[in-house]
Amino acid sequence: MPNTQQLQDFTTQVRRDILRMVHKVNSGHPGGSLGCAEFFVALYQDIMDRKDTFDMDGIGEDLFFLSNGHISPVFYSVLARSGYFPVEELNTFRLINSRLQGHPTTHEGLPGIRVASGSLGQGFSVALGAAQTKKLNGDKHLVYSLHGDGELQEGQNWEGIMYAAGNNVDNIISTIDLNGQQIDGSTDVVLPMGSLRAKFEAFGWTVVDIEKGNDIDAILKGMAEAKSLTGKGKPVCVLLKTVMGNGVDFMMHTHAWHGKAPNDEQLEIGLVQNPETLGDY
Amino acid sequence: MKTYTNTGNKDTRSGFGAGLTELGKTNENVVALCADLIGSLKMDDFKANHPERFFQVGIAEANMIGLAAGMTIGGKIPFTGTFANFSTGRVYDQIRQSVAYSDKNVKICASHAGLTLGEDGATHQILEDIGLMKMLPGMTVINTCDYNQTKAATIAIAEHHGPVYLRFGRPKVANFTPEDQTFEIGKAIRLTEGNDVTIVATGHLVWEALEAAKELNAKGISAEVINIHTIKPLDDKAILDSVAKTGCIVTAEEHNYLGGLGESVARILAQHHPTPQEFVATNDTFGESGTPEQLMHKYGLNANAIVNASEKVFKKK
Repeated sequence: MPNTQQLQDFTTQVRRDILRMVHKVNSGHPGGSLGCAEFFVALYQDIMDRKDTFDMDGIGEDLFFLSNGHISPVFYSVLARSGYFPVEELNTFRLINSRLQGHPTTHEGLPGIRVASGSLGQGFSVALGAAQTKKLNGDKHLVYSLHGDGELQEGQNWEGIMYAAGNNVDNIISTIDLNGQQIDGSTDVVLPMGSLRAKFEAFGWTVVDIEKGNDIDAILKGMAEAKSLTGKGKPVCVLLKTVMGNGVDFMMHTHAWHGKAPNDEQLEIGLVQNPETLGDY
Repeated sequence: MKTYTNTGNKDTRSGFGAGLTELGKTNENVVALCADLIGSLKMDDFKANHPERFFQVGIAEANMIGLAAGMTIGGKIPFTGTFANFSTGRVYDQIRQSVAYSDKNVKICASHAGLTLGEDGATHQILEDIGLMKMLPGMTVINTCDYNQTKAATIAIAEHHGPVYLRFGRPKVANFTPEDQTFEIGKAIRLTEGNDVTIVATGHLVWEALEAAKELNAKGISAEVINIHTIKPLDDKAILDSVAKTGCIVTAEEHNYLGGLGESVARILAQHHPTPQEFVATNDTFGESGTPEQLMHKYGLNANAIVNASEKVFKKK
């Protein structure tokens, strides 16, 4: 397993990738991507037990589903740098004829993606279905999923959340990216959601808090705790408190960079703050 | 003229249930999901025989579609069951993104389609579902005509990789296709040979088309009846071969003429063989409460309507 410094270096490179990808096409979602960079790196470089090669069925390995598909830049960067496809392909993000669509899809055959996401609120159901199949197949591996906090305003989530506890789907760890922001402003202003812990607990889930969601060690510790709570009859939810735009000072603590790319000058500032570690694509 | 015998009225949904029961025995990858309508969908047998492969999801159709999409990952073949309205319109975006765009091997099985649900009225009937489903890239759309064909289709779609919409209904209708048939997706079945008019029918309207053909025959008009159980992909050749002979066509379906079988047929004809056509379908309307027979009469979806349409189109040649 890589040590903390190696994971941090990996994350710094992922931040560079995110900034460069969205800058090149002047579109995409850097804020949420940056906020989840540490989580993705920890997941793919440490936490998940996964095979080196991709096959859709993923039998005998852990699976991951991204529900808030708009943070595709971080997903693509981590997938590429974890060996699923050539890192150079990050150059094609959002371009015509690319496998790296604006939102992730299986349609173009990009290794590492198991379902399309983008229209929000569908990931819980899909991840739960995959978890049910793992049980049917006698596969002891886990299913991980990530969801935005604003995304939880979609009703389908709560159908899935209710289903999971009612059917003892205890081989899933669903993480909520609690950055408190969505396109139109803070989640508290757009549609206050109250206590997510209370809601998930009322729906029968075990809840783990990761207060420092941009700290690699805190993520590893929290996810290890979450993993220890699987297999006990209840689904597990991780409330991951992150800072949108983390690692690029002018993008932090605001929803302004939810779906906006940096200009040339802003890109340079961001790259200076995140020096090259693994080599740019 | 070739005639067909009704071996006894049966509901097409029971054909689905029987097909699912058969699949339970023969294909261990088949799983079934239902949104609180086990009895209505005739899924009781499968549930009783394979409780570990049956998933009651409650009144939560969006979650059901997403679960089904996820279950395919790892090799399962999910069959979802609810009414046609809740199988399509209610969950269109879930089917679009998680199933069709993601190319998931999900079989969306929909009962109580069309008007023949009857007394429950327009909230539970649907006359738009064929249109909704046929517009989705990669979606196969099937509307079976009787018990035997529905059973055969249910078994056949498990062997087909890709998303399928299987549409059937509630009322007991004539069961006249062979019990031992092999269902071939996308292959139309010519039921009668004729030279004067082609009648292309789907679902419950196929038997009505056969009844209409008898009446037309008595009036000296020989009708060629084609059972189009698969609306997408459409058997273009069967349609074009027939109109090359008859020179006019009637399409018949328990669906809105907008977006239905008739429009698919019209496109083929417009491109390859412009032909006078009449539509037996609902006219851009919702349904209402009533007995199935009353509704099919009021909305012009029976043998009599097919006879009238055939005579009309025959004169246009």
